[in-house]
Amino acid sequence: MSNLEKYTNAFVQAFEIEPKDAPALKYQDIKAWDSVGHMGLVANLEEAFDIMMETEDIIDLSSFEKGKEILSQKYDVDFAQ
Amino acid sequence: MLNYDEILNIAPYSLNKNEKEKLLFDGLFDLTKYHYENCGNYRKILNTLNINFDALKTVSDIPFIPVRLFKEFNLASIKEDEIFKTMTSSGTSGQAVSKIVLDKATALNQQKTLVKIVSDFTGASRMPMLIIDSPSVIKNRLMFSARGAGILGFSIFGADRTYALDEDMNLDLKAIETFLDKHKGKPILLFGFTFMIWQYFYKELKKLNKKLDISNGILIHGGGWKKLINEAVSKEDFKKALKDVCALNNVHDYYGMVEQTGCVYMECEYGHLHASIFSDVIIRNTKDFSLAPIGEKGIIQVVSLLPESYPGHSLLTEDEGIILGEDDCPCGRKGKYFNILGRIKNAEIRGCSDTYEKH
Repeated sequence: MSNLEKYTNAFVQAFEIEPKDAPALKYQDIKAWDSVGHMGLVANLEEAFDIMMETEDIIDLSSFEKGKEILSQKYDVDFAQ
Repeated sequence: MLNYDEILNIAPYSLNKNEKEKLLFDGLFDLTKYHYENCGNYRKILNTLNINFDALKTVSDIPFIPVRLFKEFNLASIKEDEIFKTMTSSGTSGQAVSKIVLDKATALNQQKTLVKIVSDFTGASRMPMLIIDSPSVIKNRLMFSARGAGILGFSIFGADRTYALDEDMNLDLKAIETFLDKHKGKPILLFGFTFMIWQYFYKELKKLNKKLDISNGILIHGGGWKKLINEAVSKEDFKKALKDVCALNNVHDYYGMVEQTGCVYMECEYGHLHASIFSDVIIRNTKDFSLAPIGEKGIIQVVSLLPESYPGHSLLTEDEGIILGEDDCPCGRKGKYFNILGRIKNAEIRGCSDTYEKH
């Protein structure tokens, strides 16, 4: 599985959505992505990439796109792989 | 209005008395005006009190309203369709509960503020987290109780979050031991409400004669001492009891309320509760509400820069407290430090950790 697939999968599992709907998502866009869902998403991402995110990054993770940026810049996740 | 993001960049215990007075006064003055314009019920209250905005010169001049008004009236400064979340205070059956409405901006600022304050005590990195409560507390996601909001707010500091109690508030020893085994040797964060920890964690461990090694844990607990005072359990007893059953050395109480979620008052290494730059405590004489000097007990007023969606930026609580000092706590944190003495007489008994009635 590519890193992008793993990343998308974390959203799919946390919010029970279709993979095609993930890239446009923003925090609080859908009911499932509330503060409870957010912590579930973070747990999924941490497990998928074996990382431990900092609290500031968890707060900054405000959209699918933003999350990609954070993971690639601060946690060495290469989305080209 | 104040730019809250800029304030979040200031270290939470870095301002001295004069610097903090200026920051708070400017912010609170703006909030008072904002809520006056946006909340009809709040406007009526200030009109009844004959508030003259030009006469407000210091933080202590900012008008305060009794916290119980949130139980009796709908106090919101946002429209119905902007409500993102409603939080309720704890309240046992038969008691009225406070309803606090949040929009997205205020909810986000609460979380950011909590992170700034608590990180000062726990460090920036997250830790495996054991929540001394039942997962059933956060089931209803649109309507949070104070307990649910507390757990969720503090969850951001934890990884591999594990609940120490099952759905029926029984000690889940298997889950706890698996968790401790997995994270052996690592720093661990424990979180819970004071009474729950005492009743469903400590007492059960004691009853089972079970000792756990959580010597590398840091426990943050809040929600009030009312029920424990009834059982004649002091702060020292609480700490000693936990040291006995699970070797915990690092225990921090916090004072906070659902009406001002986010800006909690954390207990430092010297046992003092501290006000951060985002909020403050003011002690008032019970007879005439005049300012009480350092070292004199009175009713606690709390002010906070956070509440934008509801007029809760300046509240008279039903708690009694005493300021111990300002800017000179041996722990090095600036700002006021204080102790809570309990509830004022004739106030309703109420506190987050006191609301669970086992049937």
